[in-house]
Amino acid sequence: MSMATATAQPVERENYLNKHYGVGSWLLTTDHKRIALLYLISITFFFFIGGFFALLIRLELLTPAGDLVQADTYNKLFTMHGMVMIFFFLIPSIPAVLGNFLVPIMIGAKDLAFPRINLLSWYLYIIGGVMMLHCMLTGGVDTGWTFYTPFSTAFTNTKIVEAGLAIFVAGFSSILTGLNFIVTIHRMRAPGMTWSRLPLFIWAHYATSIIQILGTPVVAITIVLVAVERTLHLGIFDPKLGGDPLLFQHLFWFYSHPAVYIMILPSMGIVSEIIACFSRKRIFGYSFVAISSISIAVFGFLVWAHHMFVAGISVYAALVFSLLSYAVAVPSAVKVFNWTATLYKGSIRYDAPMLYAFGFLGLFTIGGLTGLFLASLGINVHVTDTYFVVAHFHYIMVGGALMGYLGGMHFWWPKISGKLYPEGWARLAALIVFIGFNLTFFPQFILGYVGMPRRYYQYPPEFQVLNVLSTAGATVLGIGYLLPMVYFLWSMRYGKPAPDNPWNAAGLEWQTQSPPTTFNFEEEPIVTWEAYNYEELDAPHNEEVPVAR
Amino acid sequence: MHDSSTTAVQGNVQSEVHGAAHNPALLHHFATEEQQRDSASFGMWIFLSTEVMFFGGLFCAYLIYRLKYFGEFAAASQTLNWQLGMTNTAVLICSSLTVVLAVWAAQHSKRALLLGSLVLTLILGFAFLGIKAVEYAEKFEKHHVPGPSFQFDHVKIPTAPGQPEQFANPSHAQIYFALYFIMTGLHALHMIIGIGIFVWLLFIAWKGRLTPEYNTPMEIGGLYWHFVDIVWIYLFPLLYLIDLRK
Repeated sequence: MSMATATAQPVERENYLNKHYGVGSWLLTTDHKRIALLYLISITFFFFIGGFFALLIRLELLTPAGDLVQADTYNKLFTMHGMVMIFFFLIPSIPAVLGNFLVPIMIGAKDLAFPRINLLSWYLYIIGGVMMLHCMLTGGVDTGWTFYTPFSTAFTNTKIVEAGLAIFVAGFSSILTGLNFIVTIHRMRAPGMTWSRLPLFIWAHYATSIIQILGTPVVAITIVLVAVERTLHLGIFDPKLGGDPLLFQHLFWFYSHPAVYIMILPSMGIVSEIIACFSRKRIFGYSFVAISSISIAVFGFLVWAHHMFVAGISVYAALVFSLLSYAVAVPSAVKVFNWTATLYKGSIRYDAPMLYAFGFLGLFTIGGLTGLFLASLGINVHVTDTYFVVAHFHYIMVGGALMGYLGGMHFWWPKISGKLYPEGWARLAALIVFIGFNLTFFPQFILGYVGMPRRYYQYPPEFQVLNVLSTAGATVLGIGYLLPMVYFLWSMRYGKPAPDNPWNAAGLEWQTQSPPTTFNFEEEPIVTWEAYNYEELDAPHNEEVPVAR
Repeated sequence: MHDSSTTAVQGNVQSEVHGAAHNPALLHHFATEEQQRDSASFGMWIFLSTEVMFFGGLFCAYLIYRLKYFGEFAAASQTLNWQLGMTNTAVLICSSLTVVLAVWAAQHSKRALLLGSLVLTLILGFAFLGIKAVEYAEKFEKHHVPGPSFQFDHVKIPTAPGQPEQFANPSHAQIYFALYFIMTGLHALHMIIGIGIFVWLLFIAWKGRLTPEYNTPMEIGGLYWHFVDIVWIYLFPLLYLIDLRK
């Protein structure tokens, strides 16, 4: 391939980054790739805000006494950490950045179906984000990110309504992204790009989008009800006035459990891409991996009450929800086994994206299996509201979703920026993240199991050793997250120019130039091959030579 | 894989595409008008499924509280003015007809019918909101608006003959009215947005931009309007009729 080998390019080719300059060309862009970068900057900003809160939480827990912050402040810290990380980082992270950038290119389209709605979704996110920032700066919220009633509507004197509205607005940004993806995947595929040839990244985003459009409106209306109840002192959820606080929890978790799959499914899509590429094999059991994404989305809607086992729901309901929660493990395990089978007899390369994918495999498996502990009624009663739960969902949301996100950022960074990142540093960062993560959260499993409850700023002295370990790990983890930001920024200026296909990977996104032009392809691609045709790519007669790195 | 020798300047490709396009309304990233139309109407259907879930949460809350506070909900429901509700239902069904006529007229270049149907739709939309405003005013007068001034004292729960009489618990009845106002209010908000969309449709129809070849805005605007009508078709029996004969 001639473009890839032309390493010394005297003149930069026209691409989506250098076609127009100026603030206006970014703030009014309808190019899905530029909007992806707008999202990238915004979510990174919120990631570091959320991380800052996490840092303060961990510092407070360094000692058993409540000596760094007061109890009220601590309540606000973990609440704002949760709200920022979930609604303003994790949910938009992969879909709005990598999904936005890659979904049209991977299916051979020039853009998403509704480019202006795509831009609108970013502005809604920003409006929600500014409201959230204002809410934080003027006092914040102390209910926990779950807004449980009646505490949120009748007791707390913090800024529930403003935080709720911020999440309401950001929710519509998420809905519009999902809507755009579904229509794009249905209607904009290039000739020959059949459903069975779609990359698994696309299947994962399709499943994610279903959750976004069907789940988000429910939490939106629930937040409206909370805001109305709080403002007008009605009794919709307040038991004193005849309301039913359990109804709130049902409505809230109807979205907020599937929301976990909004975070993890796109990550699974990324891992499928990376593992196939760095094992040089077609993914094992393509159709099973594809369908398992959809079934995770469907089952995900049927398990919400496992968050409420001790809240007073009927034993029979709890039994059904426990069983259904076990059922979600089946499609998740299908994925893990298929990824492992893909590795078998593959020509594995340990580049940074692959290290993140390996990290994902291990951490997601631990997170998923401890999820089964929590789905079983007996153990659930024992560990409810302890650090066991905290560790479990961080293994999924940070160990799973965030590892996938970072893996994807490394994998596609040459395509996004047109520059190569420094591979040695990237491998080091992947290692630091993995070690830091386990050091932070594994002690929390033990802490929870021996009985340390979550959301307290003090604890008995016998828990201190494990808490110190966790705080130390969080510091390491923080460095691991700062590193990629530093070298990504560095590479934009000093990095070597990236060839069009640095990994010699399959997939349409690698066949266009790096970075792509505004409309992605010079001519509409026609797809005549299956996804992950690595055997063909690597066949000896193929003149395609992997680029030496 | 592209060969570098075929590298074309992107701008040229684009101008060719636009030059060849029959309709200026065809956006650059669609290959054909059909693809564009399909995408737009599919997008609206997806959006409407979101809306179903949005109202779904409220319907769910309504049904649960109706089971829980059956008597109060019956007593509160009977205070509604079903004649006005019925009139409004008729108004909305008529507006659905005028919307269908407008869509047909746009597809068949019947300018007068198109403009007339759009104007009629708008009049019916405003009529609905007017009648709704009268109903809301009535609630204010009777102190049936949830909040500090809410009153629902000494209202009998409808019971079977021979049963001892019971009075409704005002705070439970207040839940009914809270849901009534949130559900009908949200519906009215959708009506207002719909009216905004139809004013815009009237404007572009007046300018002659809706043609048999390109009438997607009319089609998806119509879908939205029908959806808002259908929500009312569920709200009306659930809020007004369900306890009428008790």
